Amino acid sequence: MATQTVTININGEAKSAEVEDRLLLVHFIRDNQGLTGTHIGCDTTHCGACTVLLDGTAVKSCTVFSIQANGRDVTTIEGLEGEALHPLQEGFMEKHGLQCGFCTPGMIMSSKHLLDKNPNPTEEEIRWGISGNLCRCTGYQNIVTAIEYAAEKLQQPAEDQGGE
Amino acid sequence: MGKCKTSAEVGGMGHSVKRKEDPRFIRGKGTYIDDIVRPGMVFMDIVRSPYAHAKIKHINTEKALALPGVAAVITGETLKEYNLHMMPTLMSDTQMVLPVEKVCYQAQEVAAVIATDRYIAADGVELVEVEYEPLPVVVDPFKATEKDAPIIRDDKEGQDTNHIWHWEAGDKEGTEAIFKNSDVVIKQNIYIPRIHVASIETCGCLSEFDKVTGQLTVWMTTQAPHAVRTVLALVAGHVGLQEDKIRVISPDIGGGFGGKVPIYPGYIIAIAASVVTGLPIKWIEDRRENLQADSFARDYHMACEIAADKDGTLNGLRIKTIADNGYADAAANPSKYPAGMFSICTGSYDFKNAFVEVDGVYTNKPPGGVAYRCSFRVTEASHAIERMVDMVADEIGMDPAKLRMNNFIPKEAFPYTSPMGWEYDSGDYHTALKLAMDNIGYDDLLKEQAEKRKQGELMGIGISSFTEIVGAGPSKDFDILGIKMFDSSEIRIHPTGKVIARFGTKSQGQGHETTYAQIIAEELGIPVADISVEEGDTDTAPYGLGTYASRSTPTAGAAGAMACRKIKEKAQKIAAHLLEVAEEDLEWEVGKFSVKGVPDKSVTIQDIAFAAYTNHPQGLEAGLEATHYYDPPNLTFPFGSYIAVVDIDSKTGFVKVRRFMAVDDCGNIINPMIVEGQIHGGLTMGFAPALLEEISYDEEGNMTGGSFMDYLVPTAVETPKWETDKTCTPSPHHPLGAKGVGESATVGAPPAIANAVVDALSHLGVKHLDIPLTPEKVWRAIQQNGS
Repeated sequence: MATQTVTININGEAKSAEVEDRLLLVHFIRDNQGLTGTHIGCDTTHCGACTVLLDGTAVKSCTVFSIQANGRDVTTIEGLEGEALHPLQEGFMEKHGLQCGFCTPGMIMSSKHLLDKNPNPTEEEIRWGISGNLCRCTGYQNIVTAIEYAAEKLQQPAEDQGGE
Repeated sequence: MGKCKTSAEVGGMGHSVKRKEDPRFIRGKGTYIDDIVRPGMVFMDIVRSPYAHAKIKHINTEKALALPGVAAVITGETLKEYNLHMMPTLMSDTQMVLPVEKVCYQAQEVAAVIATDRYIAADGVELVEVEYEPLPVVVDPFKATEKDAPIIRDDKEGQDTNHIWHWEAGDKEGTEAIFKNSDVVIKQNIYIPRIHVASIETCGCLSEFDKVTGQLTVWMTTQAPHAVRTVLALVAGHVGLQEDKIRVISPDIGGGFGGKVPIYPGYIIAIAASVVTGLPIKWIEDRRENLQADSFARDYHMACEIAADKDGTLNGLRIKTIADNGYADAAANPSKYPAGMFSICTGSYDFKNAFVEVDGVYTNKPPGGVAYRCSFRVTEASHAIERMVDMVADEIGMDPAKLRMNNFIPKEAFPYTSPMGWEYDSGDYHTALKLAMDNIGYDDLLKEQAEKRKQGELMGIGISSFTEIVGAGPSKDFDILGIKMFDSSEIRIHPTGKVIARFGTKSQGQGHETTYAQIIAEELGIPVADISVEEGDTDTAPYGLGTYASRSTPTAGAAGAMACRKIKEKAQKIAAHLLEVAEEDLEWEVGKFSVKGVPDKSVTIQDIAFAAYTNHPQGLEAGLEATHYYDPPNLTFPFGSYIAVVDIDSKTGFVKVRRFMAVDDCGNIINPMIVEGQIHGGLTMGFAPALLEEISYDEEGNMTGGSFMDYLVPTAVETPKWETDKTCTPSPHHPLGAKGVGESATVGAPPAIANAVVDALSHLGVKHLDIPLTPEKVWRAIQQNGS
C-alpha cells in the first residue's frame, strides 16, 4: 500500500506522519494523533459524529482521506476551548443539549460552522444546519436551544463575555 | 412535586442540577470503547454471510493468513475445539458464536480476522473464501409455521418445527363470554415492524487476557456488565475462566436503548481470540454490521379484538400475537416472561376481562428481539390498545377523548389489579388527559379539523393515554438466566464528608452520575458537588442487573436511598455520642442531626463523617458506609396522555406532525431538566418508528436497506418541536415515590401519531394503517379510499 508523508495543522499544531493513501482523516485524528473526541458512528457519511472543521468548513472526517488534508488546517472539538469554554460548549451544558455525549463533538463542530456563516440563525436554519448530524438521545430540541444560547452569547460585545 | 427539601447548593430532588458528566463530554474527553488503547493491541474484523440460510461447505483462510499483518483467522472449527462455538442467549435458547455447519441469517458472523491494524483486518476479511450451498429460506413467521417450511433450528434436538414457545395470560373462557355478550366487537390485525435502536455509537469491545495470572479484562459496550461477567464465567468456565478473574468494564456508552443488553457473537469471538492468542483484541462493529446483525426490536404480528357496549363501555380485549424472533430467541426478557410485559395491553382502561397469547417463531432473520427504549414489549402492547380504543370510538361515533375518559381506571381504584393480574401502583389518568387537552386546545382543534375537511384538507388529531410497566423487578417473578432482578448501591462517606457511590446499573446517557448524586444529596444533605458516582466496573461496583426497561431509578435509585438510610441510622448513633444525648433525642433535618427543642445544638453529616473515622463511639464499628441490594416490592406504572396533530399532503402522502403535546407522570422527579430531556428523546424515538424506521427483508432474506442511507433515523429537520407538561402521582412503594421515565415517551408516542393519521383519513373510510406511516403508504391509502 502506497504511503506519503502528510503534515496537517491540527488545532494550531503541525502534525506530520507517514500514512497510507487510504487512511481516513478521522483515523489520522483518532488513532494517529490520539484525539479521541472526534467519533465514528457510521460508514456512510450520514451520522456526523466525526465532523471537524477543515480550513473552517465542517466536513465529515470519515469521508476525507488524510492526504486530502495535507497542508491544511483541521479543528477538532479539542481545539475549540480557549481560555474559557466556547459558548457552544457552555450552551450544550447549560441547556442540556447532550445525553450520551457521543454525537456531541460532531454536533458542536457543525454548529460552529453554522454560526461562523450565520451568526443569528432562525430555529429552522439551526435545524437545517445540524441536519447532517444524528442524535439518538435528545430529540434535538435542547441542542437547538443550546445553539441559540451560543449565538446570543457570541453576539455580545467581547467585554461582556468574561467568565462567570 | 412541591417545594424542594434541599437548597440549590445541596441539589437534592427536584433541582435541575447541571450534569456532572457534561464537562468531559463537551470537551470530547469522554472515554468510549474505541477510545481505549492497550499496548500491543490488535484488531478484529468479521466475515459475514451473504446468505440467509446456507450450508458452509468450506472456508479457505490461506490467502487471508498470508497477508502481512494478519495474526489469525478464527472460524467455527477453531472455537469448536474449545466448545465455544455455541452460546446461550439471555432467554435460555442457544445461538451460534461462529457456524460450523450452516448460517441462518444474512450478515451472520462466519469467521473473524485478527490483524495488527483495522485496515489490514478489513483486507483480511475480503480474502477469506467461503463456499456456501444455499438452503431454502423462510422470512415470514406465518410461512415458517407451515408444515413444509424449512426447519431452521435442526441443530436443536426435538425441534422439528419453527415454533419456539407459547405464552398466555388472562382468562380465556371469561373473555370469550364477555365477547359473546358485547354489542360491538372489532377485529384488527396490527403489525409492528422490525426496527433497530441504532445508538450512534455501535457495539464493540476490547478484550485482554493475561496468560500468567489468568486475568481477563473486557471493556465492552454493555448495559449490564455484571450479568455479562457471570454469563462469561458460566459459558467459559471449562476453559479456565473463573468469575473472580473476569473483569468487565463498561466505559462511557454512546447510547444503548436495549441494543447493548445482549451478548453478541462478536464479543465472544474477541474474548475467545484474546484468551487463545494472549493479545489484547479490539472489535468495533461498523454501522452496517450494527443494523444488519445486532438485535432488532418488535416484529410483532398482533391479531387484536376488542369488545364494547354501544355506549362505549370497554368490556374485553383479546390479542393473539406471533413474535418473529429470527434465528434464535435472543430477546432480552425476564425468564418467566418470554413475551415480556406484553400483558400490560389492557393499558389505562378498566376492562372486565382480557386474554392474550403469544407464540414465538424462528425465521431466517437476525436473532432478537430487544426493547428499543421500552420495558419488555410494552410499546407493542400500548400500540395495540391505543389503536383498538380509537377503533371503538370510530365505530360508535364517539369522541376518542370522551371514550377514554369514560373507561379510564379511576384514581380511587389504585392500587388496581388488572385482568392480567398486574397490580398498578398509582395513577390519575383523567387529570393527565384533561391537562393535555387543555394545553393543546382540543376543542378548537376539532373545530379547525371540521373546517379543513370542508375545504378538502387532511388534518388529524390523535390521542394516546398509555400506561407503562417498568422497574423490573420483584425477585419473586423476575430474573434473567436465574439472576434475580434486584439492583444495588454501595455508598462510602470519606472522613472529610465527601462521597463515593457505586451502583449495579450503567448509564448510557441518562445522567446517573448526576441523578444518583441528587438522591444521596436528598437523603443525607451532602452537596451533589461532593458526591462521585461510579458504575460499570465489575471489580468495584456492587452486583446489579444493569440499566434497561426504565429500571435504574426504580431499583438502583431506590437502593441508593436505602443505603443512605442505613448510613443515617449509624450517623445518628455517632451524633448522639458527639452531642452527648440519647439517639431518640435527636431529629434529622437536611444535612444535620440536632437535639430536639435545642436546634442550635447540632452536628452536620460532615462532622459525623469525620468522627466516624476519628472519634467513633466505643463498641461501634468505625467508618460510615453502607450497601443495599434493593428488591422492589412491585413494578412501577408511569403513564401519560399525548395528543398529536398532523397535516397530510394529499398529493404526496407526506405526514407533518404540526403539534405534539406530551403530559407525562413519572411520580416524583429527581431532576426536572433531565426528565424533560428523556421525554424529548423518547418522543423522538416514538416519532421515528411511527413515520420513518423499518427493517424489512425480501423473500430470500436479504435485508432491504442496512445502512443509514435507508434506515431513516430522524434528523433535527423532521423532528417536531415537542410540547411537554406533567402531573405527579408518586409511586406508593418506591422509597422516593419515583417511577422511572426513560422510555415512557417512546411507548406513548407512536399510537398518538398513528391515531392522528388514521383520524385525518377516517372520513375517507380508512380504519387502520400499520406504522411506519411513510408517504407511499399514506398516499396509497388516500388513492384506494378516494379523496
